Amino acid sequence: MVTRGFSGRGNRAPEVQDRLPPGQFLESGFPVLSAGPTPRIRTEDWTFTLKDGVRPVKSWNWVEFHELPQTKMTRDIHCVTTWSKFDTFWEGVLVDDILADAGLEAPTEYTLAHSYDGYTTNVPTADLVSGKAMVATRYAGQPITADHGGPARLLVPHLYFWKSAKWLNGLQFTQKEELGFWELRGYHRYGDPWREQRYTDD
Amino acid sequence: MRWRTGTITDIVKRSPTVSSFFFSTPEFLPFVAGQHVAVRLTAPDGYRAQRSYSIASAPETTDRLELAIERLDDGEVSPFFHDVAEVGDEFELSAPLGGYFVWRFADPGPILMIAGGAGIVPFMSMARHRALNGSDVPMLLLFSARTRRDLLFRDELLELSARSNGFELVTTLTRETDAPAGVLTGRIDAATIERALSTLPSKPARTFICGSNPFVENAATHLVDAGVSASGISTERYGV
Repeated sequence: MVTRGFSGRGNRAPEVQDRLPPGQFLESGFPVLSAGPTPRIRTEDWTFTLKDGVRPVKSWNWVEFHELPQTKMTRDIHCVTTWSKFDTFWEGVLVDDILADAGLEAPTEYTLAHSYDGYTTNVPTADLVSGKAMVATRYAGQPITADHGGPARLLVPHLYFWKSAKWLNGLQFTQKEELGFWELRGYHRYGDPWREQRYTDD
Repeated sequence: MRWRTGTITDIVKRSPTVSSFFFSTPEFLPFVAGQHVAVRLTAPDGYRAQRSYSIASAPETTDRLELAIERLDDGEVSPFFHDVAEVGDEFELSAPLGGYFVWRFADPGPILMIAGGAGIVPFMSMARHRALNGSDVPMLLLFSARTRRDLLFRDELLELSARSNGFELVTTLTRETDAPAGVLTGRIDAATIERALSTLPSKPARTFICGSNPFVENAATHLVDAGVSASGISTERYGV
């Protein structure tokens, strides 16, 4: 359905459009969206815990976490609210390297990410390993600010950005797929921007 | 997502930068106060743009859907609504969205709502929902706007608070020093939050904050500092 009088200002250049999933537009800023107050976590109080079910496998404090191999990643990101941002630059620790340091092979197909504010989001384990995802501690060459999820956030850039949980404090392998905060509230369980999986039934 | 056609039946200017667009749809889509709707526009070459707007009408008002849209000058869709859209134009509308920033009158109170500018929109739906159900749940709306002309829905809100059945309105203007009687001046600070909390019969069971990200950060920080549990605070941030 063509909208009367609408031509749209969006950039139609193929090099832009080819990188934009359906329904997305290119944003130059970095909007902040979160469901509650911003938790303020001091790095000296920060810990990250890997769990297999209810069993904690290993925890790292801020210093220990930075002794793990550090990886850089430049990726396009896509928010379900329809903005996308190109070439965002992140530094952190690959989930692969976290698992290796814990001496753990991914034990189940499902992972639930946990955050300091009680937020959760589910991601298939396969989408976190093989260099696809990291726990990021730096954005654009600086520590991640609190409103963008600092000290550390999950980065799963190939899924809608609500999967990249802010204020991350743990990853938990689960036997079954357990839905997270937004996935229980109408958003898609997987969230592939290229298939426009925004809402539960998409 | 199934898209449905919505036809503009009326446009009402609410403030210098915000107008209400009333839509009729072939079938009424039930929603909960606080939810939003995505609107999709399509250009002749197939280019599409989609944005979400909060619903201002109450869930009980089933014959028309009111979306209040703020004009963002560098935006792509909101200037189109303000400059081009007319009564009779058709748009694609999503189902009502958002299962978190919502309130039902049977939910426990008291309720504290804090709005910055156009962030008032979902609270209009909540306040109207409360009134239409004859609810006496204590509800306080703290409304911050730049100038008195930016206090959209002010007359209706004053009428609701004049009913003296538990709905209270506190307004503050950030860019006026000479505010009308009963209106505060200045940004929301610790004292404003203290005053708002003391107006309620007990600590809020739920607090909603809606506005720009800096506005929400500021209000949420003062609330947490005042001892309100972060887990009871829900935020909606207007980024783009």
